[in-house]
Amino acid sequence: MSGQLEQTHPAYRQHHFSDDEQQRESAKLGMWIFLVTEILLFGGLFCFYAIYRAWNPEIFHNAHVHLDVILGTTNTVVLITSSITMALAIRAMQMGRKEISLYNLVATLCLAGVFLVIKYFEYEHKIHLGQLPGKFYNFDGIEGNNPHIFFSAYFLMTGLHGIHVIAGMVVITWLIIKSKAGAFSEKYYTPIEMTGLYWHLVDLIWIFLFPLFYLVG
Amino acid sequence: MANNENTHTHHILPLSVYLGVGTALLVLTVITVWVAQYDFGSVNLIVAMIIAAFKASLVALFFMHLKYDNKLYLLAFLSAIFFLSVFIIITMFDTLRRGDIDKIKAGPIQPKAAIYQNAPTADTTNIIVDSLSSVSDSTLTDTTKQ
Repeated sequence: MSGQLEQTHPAYRQHHFSDDEQQRESAKLGMWIFLVTEILLFGGLFCFYAIYRAWNPEIFHNAHVHLDVILGTTNTVVLITSSITMALAIRAMQMGRKEISLYNLVATLCLAGVFLVIKYFEYEHKIHLGQLPGKFYNFDGIEGNNPHIFFSAYFLMTGLHGIHVIAGMVVITWLIIKSKAGAFSEKYYTPIEMTGLYWHLVDLIWIFLFPLFYLVG
Repeated sequence: MANNENTHTHHILPLSVYLGVGTALLVLTVITVWVAQYDFGSVNLIVAMIIAAFKASLVALFFMHLKYDNKLYLLAFLSAIFFLSVFIIITMFDTLRRGDIDKIKAGPIQPKAAIYQNAPTADTTNIIVDSLSSVSDSTLTDTTKQ
């Protein structure tokens, strides 16, 4: 009996998994189910966007020119690049190259920070002009009934996305700390991989947000 | 090796795949912005969404490994997309056809929202928003019903 209890398994594998692959696949399935809930979370807001754009197309056309396409495109490029570095961080750890993995994680974190800084300047400009969501809207110069709807949608959707970016940055910081402490290897990199999945979803959502707000046409 | 060895070697994508897909995404971003300057009317949105969907599938298939992993994860992802599509499409069936039977339902009751009305009328209920003042923060006061 005591022999069975002393069956050794590496520290990173939990008791209830028979081997590493089962643990990894279980984690991946769990993460994908969480990502499904995230898609539906943002999906509700995309539905809100669809309804109000269908009812008030002229508001979206008139209001979107107040968004800076250069900043929006830059943010898209920044997030796509951060997805590349995140994928490379996972790949490096898969091959046991821990330093390269760490550098890529730090690069991802920095790019996420750049995204938030650009977002801060965009928000600050809008707040200064009074282009605020809902009842706080206080801006003249956009024609049409109810231009505040565009900014309600803008702040809600990019705000929720920004919160997800911040949460991702927190997790990536934790990964950096753990990675420096040597917790990961080519045998065990599941947390990095799962964070990668989350981060790619954040990028994916922005890929849709960008044309919907900045490129209304 | 120890009995905790992986039963199958984990598929590691070559660097060229990641860099190639990343470059494709950046190029498609440029194309998205470039196409937006041309006005195709109501097709604008469809064109933008098609390009965005293609970029999203590149991210999902390659960066998120759905092409190479157990098909169950691809099923989960596609299910989410499917149910989200059902949600939006059926909602739009209603939204876009509101005025078909009863013309008065085609648009909102009040064309301009309450925040743009700077004086209370008999219709406004118990909220007055002072949105046209030059004070930086808008105040919200409750008034009792008339």
